[in-house]
Amino acid sequence: MTDRAQFSEQNKQTPEAVDIAIVGNPNAGKTTVFNALTGLRQKVGNYPGVTVEKKTGRIHGGGREVRVHDLPGLYSLIPKSLDDKIASDIVHGHSNALGNLRLVVVVVDASNLSRNLYLVTQVIELGLPVLVAANMMDAAAQCGIELNTSKLADRLGCPVISLVANKRTGIPELKDRILSMAFRPNGNTGGSAMKIGTDVSDVIEPIAGWLRDNAGMHGTASQSEAVRIVSSDVALEKWLTTTNGQMKREQSRLSTLVAASRDGLQQQKLDWTTLETNLRYKWVDEICRDVIQKTGKERPRFSEIIDKVLTHRVAGPLCFLILFALIFQSIFSWAEVPMAAIDSLVTWAGDQVATVMPDGVLEDLLVNGAITGVGAILVFLPQILFLFFFLSLLEDTGYMARVAFIMDRLMRGTGLSGRSVIPLLSSFACAIPGIMATRTISASRDRLVTIMIAPLMSCSARLPVYALIIGAFVPATAVLGIFTLPGLVLLALYLLGIFGAVVAAFVFTRFLGRKQRPSTFVMELPPYRMPSLRWILLQMFERARIFVMTAGKIILAISIVLWFLSSYPRADHLNSSQAIKQSYAGQLGQVIEPVIRPLGFDWKMGIGLITSFAAREVLVSTMATIYNVENADENSQTLREILRNEVDPETGQPVYTPLVAVSLMVFFVFACQCMSTVAIVRRETNSWRWPVIMVAYMTAMAYLGSLIVYQGGIALGLG
Amino acid sequence: MLALKELKQDETAVIEKVMNGNVDAGLLAEMGLTPGTPVRLVKFAPLGDPLEVEVRGYHLSIRCAEAKAIMVKKA
Repeated sequence: MTDRAQFSEQNKQTPEAVDIAIVGNPNAGKTTVFNALTGLRQKVGNYPGVTVEKKTGRIHGGGREVRVHDLPGLYSLIPKSLDDKIASDIVHGHSNALGNLRLVVVVVDASNLSRNLYLVTQVIELGLPVLVAANMMDAAAQCGIELNTSKLADRLGCPVISLVANKRTGIPELKDRILSMAFRPNGNTGGSAMKIGTDVSDVIEPIAGWLRDNAGMHGTASQSEAVRIVSSDVALEKWLTTTNGQMKREQSRLSTLVAASRDGLQQQKLDWTTLETNLRYKWVDEICRDVIQKTGKERPRFSEIIDKVLTHRVAGPLCFLILFALIFQSIFSWAEVPMAAIDSLVTWAGDQVATVMPDGVLEDLLVNGAITGVGAILVFLPQILFLFFFLSLLEDTGYMARVAFIMDRLMRGTGLSGRSVIPLLSSFACAIPGIMATRTISASRDRLVTIMIAPLMSCSARLPVYALIIGAFVPATAVLGIFTLPGLVLLALYLLGIFGAVVAAFVFTRFLGRKQRPSTFVMELPPYRMPSLRWILLQMFERARIFVMTAGKIILAISIVLWFLSSYPRADHLNSSQAIKQSYAGQLGQVIEPVIRPLGFDWKMGIGLITSFAAREVLVSTMATIYNVENADENSQTLREILRNEVDPETGQPVYTPLVAVSLMVFFVFACQCMSTVAIVRRETNSWRWPVIMVAYMTAMAYLGSLIVYQGGIALGLG
Repeated sequence: MLALKELKQDETAVIEKVMNGNVDAGLLAEMGLTPGTPVRLVKFAPLGDPLEVEVRGYHLSIRCAEAKAIMVKKA
């Protein structure tokens, strides 16, 4: 029995709640239709085993309920990315993610009908009931396109509803039609299929026959799928990797049949790679000629006029820089205010608990383990909210595609595309929202590589560390009149991070890309549109929720482990400086000393490296604790003074030479000292494999970098 | 017949064929770049690559490598 047939079985048993899916081209207004149908009461989850978001809403009517699933946007049933694959598998009935699929609503952009109908006709041929939502009828009229929807319904063999979803025009009709269609028993849908000449149908018939015999597909669906298999190795792959018992035995026969068909087509001088596209677009163009009347009005050049500036040779990159500087500014400094407020609130909460509770282990665990951990989560919220406000705004207006267009050439040297620019730049503020922003990258390899290199962009949490060390060891000498040495050192550290990211990207793209086809950059530049504030705010809070709920748990757990390491074994009779030295973290620091010695670090810095895995800035407070400085921050003169005067008890030499300081900073440029990053990578890649690889490769880079700096410096006599 | 890349800014031509080889001709065709379709070169990106074309009433960005494989005929 096929998956589709199994679904029909289930359908008979539960008529009360059924599932429908919304599909459509990207930028066709699919999400607007979904929001208008379901209100903003929607659940965002994940498809099992992958990180693609699954959005579900409900509509009710006549005591019955329809679960509406918003599938990722796609141009064709041949998947190009993970998102596409999810959507394609669901409408094919190859996925169990949606149990009871009864209807597919295909949203089309009426102003761009032919490319949209390409997907519509593919879906109709699968044999599921289809309802076409012809959206943006107003935009079509402005472009001089008059769409005859009843004629289109005739040609396609399925109902067509005309919509202007952002004005809610046609939404009630769409809802009524969904409710009536979703509960109709599955039967012959009467959908039309594209014309295939006998020259082609004879050649593909053996494959269609295989699909009828082994996959239980019917006439139209089997022919349509046969054309697709012949045209595309991706489509063929799906059948060759199925684990279904009967199909598995017949797989080698399918490969032979496909090879024979491709030969047959070549003999007729037909290019099999474009067989489906040529047949289907011919069919679609024929439909379009029949259902579209041109009113003679010119297509407005509104977006093209804006682009005269925004993608202009000079003005384009300039606008991008200014815009990004503004966003950067907001994440970097406007977010400081709420961050400081959250920070003091957490400290206040800790103090309150400390005064109310009796001194002891439980109090310490709550204050220094749990509350500190919660604080470490919440403190990132303002940055995440700010960044996602702007990212959603840029995405929804259509500007994000222009950024990718402008920057693609520059990114190509690393093996990535223009789509990686925004996530990487965001990571200069904080890698966490940056990594969350990689969802806009459709190519899965590019997305993964971008995630892996994002933490090499020097984030704002590295600044306190840099500030402390530069402040203590780099003299404020003027360079060339306008620069100062500390400023140049800071710049060098940022550049070093970028350099490391370029190298890592180069290695990862080659390492991960061997099995992949060459990276293409075929991307729609959608017309500029007014964004919806409500939707942007919704997305912003959704991201924040994901961060707190999923990464939060991991961060809390790591905080408690680190608390345990730095406060056990208990030594309540000692002062905090002595206590941390004999704690497990202190002991670990001494254990790793031989390893970090070649970098110029002593065991006290070893403790700092261990505790700063929680977050880089923790190094400053750890150093303050070790050196027994009360209330020190990175600007503390006392702490800087103590670091400068620290002397090795054996040699009598200063511990922190400028060379050690540089080595330590280089370590922090490369090291993955941030448990929140690890947690978010775990969440975004849905496995522990990538965060583990990330920590490993970044630690290796940090170690090597510091080793080269320190040993090289010694060899040159700089120590 | 010449490559789409050889067109000047704002010039329109009709697609003859997409050369298979280094580019994913199937993907380009799915996006509507099929033989017989008019295509207009809108502009080149600031660094000369990628480029923007208008096809079937919408705008698409493709790389020069892809535009080299798309053969067109000026109207």
